[in-house]
Amino acid sequence: MTSLRSTNSKKLLLTVFGWSVALVIFFPILWMVLTGFKTETAAIADPSFIFSPTLESYQAVQARSGYLRFALNSVAVAFGSTLLALLIAIPSAYSMAFLPTKRTKGTLLWMLSTKMLPPVGVLVPIYLIFRDVGLLDTRTGLIIIYTLMNLPIVVWMLYTFFKDMPKDILEAGRMDGATTFQEVFFLLLPLTLPGIASTGLLSVILSWNEAFWSLNLTSSKAAPLTAYIASFSSPEGLFWAKLSAASTMAIAPILIFGWMTQKQMVRGLTFGAVK
Amino acid sequence: MRLARHLPLTSLAAAIAFAGQAQAETELTVATVNNNDMVIMQSLTDVFEAAHPDITLDWVVLEENVLRQRMTTDIATGGGQFDVMTIGTYEVPIWAERGWLSPLDNLPDAYNEDDLLASVRDGLSHDDTLHALPFYAESSMMYYRTDLFEEAGIEMTEQPTWQEVRQWAGELHGMEDGLAGICLRGKPGWGENMAFVSTLVNTFGGRWFDEDWNPELNSEEWTNAVQFYVDLLNDYGPPGASSNGFNENLALFSRGNCGMWVDATSAAGKLYDGDESDVADSLGFAPAPIAETPKGSHWLWSWALAIPASSDNQEAAREFITWATSQDYVELVGETEGWTSVPPGTRQSTYADERYIEAAPFADFVLKAIQDADPTDSTLEPNPYIGVQFVGIPEFQSIGTQVGQTIASALTGDATVEEALDTAQRATERAMQRAGYLD
Repeated sequence: MTSLRSTNSKKLLLTVFGWSVALVIFFPILWMVLTGFKTETAAIADPSFIFSPTLESYQAVQARSGYLRFALNSVAVAFGSTLLALLIAIPSAYSMAFLPTKRTKGTLLWMLSTKMLPPVGVLVPIYLIFRDVGLLDTRTGLIIIYTLMNLPIVVWMLYTFFKDMPKDILEAGRMDGATTFQEVFFLLLPLTLPGIASTGLLSVILSWNEAFWSLNLTSSKAAPLTAYIASFSSPEGLFWAKLSAASTMAIAPILIFGWMTQKQMVRGLTFGAVK
Repeated sequence: MRLARHLPLTSLAAAIAFAGQAQAETELTVATVNNNDMVIMQSLTDVFEAAHPDITLDWVVLEENVLRQRMTTDIATGGGQFDVMTIGTYEVPIWAERGWLSPLDNLPDAYNEDDLLASVRDGLSHDDTLHALPFYAESSMMYYRTDLFEEAGIEMTEQPTWQEVRQWAGELHGMEDGLAGICLRGKPGWGENMAFVSTLVNTFGGRWFDEDWNPELNSEEWTNAVQFYVDLLNDYGPPGASSNGFNENLALFSRGNCGMWVDATSAAGKLYDGDESDVADSLGFAPAPIAETPKGSHWLWSWALAIPASSDNQEAAREFITWATSQDYVELVGETEGWTSVPPGTRQSTYADERYIEAAPFADFVLKAIQDADPTDSTLEPNPYIGVQFVGIPEFQSIGTQVGQTIASALTGDATVEEALDTAQRATERAMQRAGYLD
């Protein structure tokens, strides 16, 4: 009886702890959403949960710039670059996982090392190339750059997922006369789908939130939601309610998307964790 | 035969294509900063487009520092992404010298170039030719709470000194719950704390560089000025002053948490607006305080519209910037948005307009501050640079920000003023050697 009570109180303590951590992590987002419904004066007043909500910031934000144009660019660029990255990464991760050579490990590490370079270091050369081939301020340009940016992570994740797959299944397929293409499409992909889905989701989220390249390589036509948020930030002038409204609108689609796909995401990320 | 039969059709198609081309709209991409005046300009797009049916405007609005980086990349590589750029008095002479901006000579008579305030016009010129047209200009001045001054029995002087300000700050500090005697910028950055600190150093008799470009950051004048600033904010400033920039101080002052505030004149309109500020009824104005010399005690800044040489739409861009900085535009904003919202500090005619003077009682202070500020003679001892609160050389952005960080560290107590200034001096010397100013 006593041990049951102590287990229960332990559980309660853990639950309270878990919720507290979650609340601390979520609080900035909650505060941003609340600030979006305040007036500019209320937004700078002493912090308070009690206020009369207004949609004036949302109206002002919408009147100033077309949200939809930016949102469509974000969707096109995030999903376009993810698809392209997966198309390139699946064959390369397949060859690295199932047909490794003695340089595979080195190649993988070298790919990852490109992530260690601060992007601003290559800004000018990339800007010049984009200018000369006419890719500045185009969705295609952003898709290419995001694909290149996410490729190392996508390859690495797929590589680990593929490595976890028993080789015997592929061998059995091969014995039954499957070609490499059939092997990948009918055996490897269906079996590692949770892993591929979570890799894709991560790539979408990273592309959605990327701000350096989107701000530097676009101006008006291909500008995604990160540029939209940046247009409401200002060191001279109080636009905190409007900035919060714009940020809420910018993160809403990806938040909903993440919430809808969280099952796959968790399943993919813990895929093969317990064996 | 076949060709002959199709000839009329082909000609018709060609004619339509040609006509389409002749009526084709010029699309101007305008890069601008996010502040109240620019938002108003953006909202008046329809008025411009109605008057110029062959031009459409496409806006790229970004935060000041992001915009500066974005435009610098584009203009330095000749990317041609923008037809109109919003730049400040810091960039104009540097960019003009490199041939990145189109000179704006032969402006139409209707533009009335002579109406522009001389100091602003000079700040935006290179080789006596304008390279950008001023959209609005600002200087710095002091705001104070008249109700508190009255209650404490303090009388504001015509030209306050920093010693007086220190004494008043001591008297006001804590008079009300959560009231700081004085609020000043503390957030590091060349356009943040260093804009203010540079004017303070100027009036304490210091300068950034001597005539041979040797930095003077650990001189007696710098030490006195920075020590005064650190003591003043630590004794009578708001808590966490080192993270306060213009916005944070504006919020604090408009909520009634500061007895005095020295900052941009552009805050006056917002503080005077009862909807945005709790202190609108008890708002006092005074010139920026002085110490050893009045020279360089208040800054000069202008946001201006320029046309990059790489733009393919020079004529249309010129059409737009002459419209947005014209007397007619000031009139348009006054009539549609109210007279306190007109872009200040650019034209004499604005300050001669009764409607503006009536709506904005701070107009005289602003005009005098802008007219008095001389970027070519801003320090007690002569210096080789142009600029009051900045040094007009390309290296200053990084130097100013680095020095700003060391001064912020003195403010938070992580270093003494002497240590911070020695560090700043060494860093500046290295930067100037690398840039070739020093051996």
